[in-house]
Amino acid sequence: MRWLLLKDLQILRRSPLLVGLLVVYPVVISLLIGIALSRGPEKPKIAFVNEVPSFQQTITVGGDRIDIAGYSDVLFERVDPVRASSREEALQMVEDGEVLGALVIPEDAARKLQSAVALGGSANKPTVEVIYNASGPLQGQLVQSLIDSTLAEANVAIGERLTEVAAGYLNILLEGGSFSLLGQDFDILGLSEAETILARQAAELPANSTERAELERIRRFAELAVENLDFSDEILSSISNPIDVKETPVGGSGGTTLESFAVAASVVFSLMFVCVLLAAGMLALEREEHAYGRLVRGLIGRGRLLAEKVLLAGLCALPVGLVMLVVVALLADLDWSRAPQWVVGVLAAGLAFGALGVAIGAVAREVRAASLLAFGLSLPIAFLALVPAGTVADALYEVIRVVSAAFPFKPALLAMDAALNENGDMWPSVLHLLGLTAAYVALARVALRRFG
Amino acid sequence: MAGERVAVIGPNGAGKTTLLSLLAGLQRASAGDVSRPPSEIGWVPQQAALYRRLSVRENLRLFARLEKVPDPEAAVDRALELTGLAERAKDELSTLSGGNQQRVNIAIGLLADPPVLLLDEPSASLDPRQRAILWEFIDGLAAGGTAVMFATHEIDEAQRHADRILVLADGELIFTGTAAELHAAGDDADLVVAFVALLEARGH
Repeated sequence: MRWLLLKDLQILRRSPLLVGLLVVYPVVISLLIGIALSRGPEKPKIAFVNEVPSFQQTITVGGDRIDIAGYSDVLFERVDPVRASSREEALQMVEDGEVLGALVIPEDAARKLQSAVALGGSANKPTVEVIYNASGPLQGQLVQSLIDSTLAEANVAIGERLTEVAAGYLNILLEGGSFSLLGQDFDILGLSEAETILARQAAELPANSTERAELERIRRFAELAVENLDFSDEILSSISNPIDVKETPVGGSGGTTLESFAVAASVVFSLMFVCVLLAAGMLALEREEHAYGRLVRGLIGRGRLLAEKVLLAGLCALPVGLVMLVVVALLADLDWSRAPQWVVGVLAAGLAFGALGVAIGAVAREVRAASLLAFGLSLPIAFLALVPAGTVADALYEVIRVVSAAFPFKPALLAMDAALNENGDMWPSVLHLLGLTAAYVALARVALRRFG
Repeated sequence: MAGERVAVIGPNGAGKTTLLSLLAGLQRASAGDVSRPPSEIGWVPQQAALYRRLSVRENLRLFARLEKVPDPEAAVDRALELTGLAERAKDELSTLSGGNQQRVNIAIGLLADPPVLLLDEPSASLDPRQRAILWEFIDGLAAGGTAVMFATHEIDEAQRHADRILVLADGELIFTGTAAELHAAGDDADLVVAFVALLEARGH
């Protein structure tokens, strides 16, 4: 078998196109992924129209002034703002494609916000306008999501500030202190101090006097108020953040970010194409070169011939997968300490994809037919494996799940995800891949007998 | 028999390739058996069973190793010398002419120095000059003691290069004998006419 393996490696070495596929392809893919992950997304250009008069750029909460411009900075951190002088100009910029979207803050926004946050309260809240180009659904979705999330953050920030101011007033009411209103300073006694004074005064009065009983009633009220208002900070905080969210991920450790999943998916995609095409093509080549008959005539058994092709795919998977991972690791954040798991994952995936490849190569007699069949089969398998639960009907998802389990892409993806991101136990997926390897080799053997 | 040259002739679909495949161990016979194991039979398929991306020497070396020949390099050198391809040993097979590729194809069949050599239409797709060189080579092998059995469509090749001729039709052996006996059976001086007459007489 080793001589046949050596022969295949020699043929590969003399096939510049194949070597190019094996070496350049993973390097290019991994460079693209690495650069994409390390640079992060570009800031989208958003037109910004602020129609609020300059003298209304602040609102007053109690005695404190809050600069609204400070909150718009939250948005500007995420976008590349393009100033527009009017709503019409912003609209034109969106239509012309100069910007991805526009945010218009109307003239009455500050006034309405002031009214809404006044302790008297008002239901008439300010409304900002978001303009985006609906002809590109993805772009529209991006702008909507971006501005919605940013406005939600601004709302939370303003809410927190209001809570802080209100809590300050409650504290003065409780503990006493000074505050300013309309340019005048006031000194407030505070309920705690009032209770102390009342208790002291009551103690100096005769035990059965009416005044003492009344003072005692007022003191008890002050005491009760002090005890209960002590919780005011927590209460206000809970109003500002009404619901606490406890995250409970189900399935895996929940440690996979979209970026690291993208790395695992791209490695598995590359391995699939390289290994399936290679194994299918090299087996078909034996028949295209008419060497198959000579080989199986006592020189090498069909099983060993198939094992050699699968091993070849596994051996080629190692440099392809590892080069990809090393390049990505140099550019983005990958845990180098898990390199042994990378090797296991890549090798198991390579063997399983190689086995699928020989099953295809055993059916097709020519390299071109084998390559076309391998390519045509691999893509839908990969797409099926990436269909998330809940996006299709339950029964259909079950069918997709079963179909995906019968091919190596899904278990390879799970194994690589576990190897890269410590997301779950990788061994069940590795065993699944090895089982598929044995099953596809057995199928290929039957196909070789039938079509050989 | 050592050194005997046997030609298998017959119309298309007669079963010539099937007979050679059965003898070579490529297919299993539904009845009967082959007295020699495949390892003692050299097999030269009709189409060159070679790797075009490898050189002549690499092809020979690969099959010598797979055949588990005791000294692969010596076997390769001997095969190169026998086929007259020593000067082209380093050339990639795809750069060789059809005739030379066929010589390499035959050389591979000879690597294990088999006492019996089976050739399936060895001269197909060769020009007259290449055919002459090929038959000279095959006749030389037989003279050296190798039993040679070849299938062919060319009746005159069978007449000139075979000691015995087998005529197959629809999987049936309808004649076995020398060229002269075939003439007599077909009742004609021209072997091709005699061959056709024999087929017609037997209802094929």
